[in-house]
Amino acid sequence: MLNQFMQSRLRGLIILAVILYALPAFLSNPFHYDLATQMAIIAATVVGLNLLVGFAGQISLGHAGFFGLGAYFTGIMTGNYGWSAIPALVVGGILVGILAWVVGRPILRLKGHYLSMATLAVGFIIAIVINNESQITGGPDGMPVPPFDVFGWELSPFGTYSLFGIELNGSQAWYLFAAAVLLVAVWLAQNLIDSPIGRALRSVHGSEVAARVVGVNTARYKSLVFVISAIYASVMGGLYAHFQGFITPAVASFDFSIVLITMVVLGGMGSTMGVILGAVVLKLLPQILTHFQEMEAVMFGLILMLTMIFMPKGLLPTLQLAVSKRLKKRAGGQA
Amino acid sequence: MSALIEVSGLDKAFGGVHAVEGVSFSVEAGQVYSVIGPNGAGKTTLFNLISGIYTPTKGEIRLNGESTDRLEPNQLAERGMCRTFQQMQICMNMTAIENVMLGRHLKLKSNLFSTLFRLPSLLRDEKSCRQHAQDLMEFVGCGEYLDTEASAMSYGALKRLEIARALAAEPKVILLDEPAAGLNGTETAALEDLIRKIADQGTTVMLVEHDMKLVMGISDRLLVLNYGRVLAEGTPEEIRNNPDVIAAYLGG
Repeated sequence: MLNQFMQSRLRGLIILAVILYALPAFLSNPFHYDLATQMAIIAATVVGLNLLVGFAGQISLGHAGFFGLGAYFTGIMTGNYGWSAIPALVVGGILVGILAWVVGRPILRLKGHYLSMATLAVGFIIAIVINNESQITGGPDGMPVPPFDVFGWELSPFGTYSLFGIELNGSQAWYLFAAAVLLVAVWLAQNLIDSPIGRALRSVHGSEVAARVVGVNTARYKSLVFVISAIYASVMGGLYAHFQGFITPAVASFDFSIVLITMVVLGGMGSTMGVILGAVVLKLLPQILTHFQEMEAVMFGLILMLTMIFMPKGLLPTLQLAVSKRLKKRAGGQA
Repeated sequence: MSALIEVSGLDKAFGGVHAVEGVSFSVEAGQVYSVIGPNGAGKTTLFNLISGIYTPTKGEIRLNGESTDRLEPNQLAERGMCRTFQQMQICMNMTAIENVMLGRHLKLKSNLFSTLFRLPSLLRDEKSCRQHAQDLMEFVGCGEYLDTEASAMSYGALKRLEIARALAAEPKVILLDEPAAGLNGTETAALEDLIRKIADQGTTVMLVEHDMKLVMGISDRLLVLNYGRVLAEGTPEEIRNNPDVIAAYLGG
């Protein structure tokens, strides 16, 4: 029974759900909740990016651009045009998806460094547009975003709520919501990977020529996964905007693109749970490293370098391998 | 009745080097057709041209009467052609059976909606696809590796796995590029049986191979290439007695 559970494809999702909803026991103040909420939203973005980078083996150094577009579209439509949050997120996702398809078709023909450069450029262009169109985006000063709402019901970090009779402050409510969003994001990503489409995507990474000779239209699948990961970024960008209540062009910046890709590589490319861990670690490290004061950036870089040297497969896959080796050894010892 | 594969006046130049020059031949449906020749004779280039990986400099290839000009490998797969590679192309980021299930890509109708929400129709298709893949892996003789990571399999098993993947697409014609390379005697004998079984099921087999014993034993016809040109074409008996072939290749 336990064994069956451990083999199940839902194992990871269930473990993640338990961790996410047990976490509040260790969180004591709104700052912790806010950090955890940010982590959940960014982790969901990275889960989407991992579909492209980890599974299909393509790279995007401009993903913050899609995140930023989603954030600003939602901010502008809900703030200036009175849209409700859900339609803004959906329409934003669709528009960003279309944009990703249009730019993806030509640039995904490129490989390696050339693809990096092209996606980098896409991200830069988006960031420049957001910076310069200050009449609608507020430019470098940023813009306020109304709270998330569903059918007139608002979810604000400053509100108070009650769920099944338990009193929750706004930060707690947001965390529970963001955790649920992350679970849905992971569930969808896992369903995608464990399917004929997912196999085709992974084959693009494994051997593109093998994929083509068995009939996989690799160009189409690369575009598809680029679009899907851009939609993930866009929707999460929108949620992030609502959660923060204020956005600046930093959400679309090159720096943030690099942070996202680092989370994927650090956590473990092609491991959905791994990249979530990557997001958590990368978001947490600066908090811990504040003790080092001016050495913070140096320590941050050092930790990343050491991780990549000693754990090139990423945090979670390396840990999993070590654990399974140890278990095997123990089983071998008994036999 | 026209031939399944018809190659006429095929030319491929890399810079100034003619890897394949003026090659013409045709393969009837149901044959085992082998291409032999010394190293560098253009055999693999010929396969890459037929399977759409290279585009010919000149000449034409017809598959089932239709010109394959400018068709991508995946479009050729849709028309019933599949192949294996001399340098094996296995997706090492997947398990063995997933590699074979990938081969059934064209047989699976899948839409994004049923995939994302994992609808029962998708699960049904996946189950039958997995069963089919399992049968094929047993057919080629690597049934014990089902859920093994491809990266953990032996060379010989991977060679058979690649054939299973190609067969999963239910091709009309399968191109095998040096399937016996690196195999020992027992494995080669097993491979010979396997190729025969594939041919007996009505699949046309095109083979590039160095192992003369294997080739002479199972081929219906042979094409001998030398320096990119056709040296001889015919039945194994004719090839064996062809003085040009003996001089250039067999007798040395």
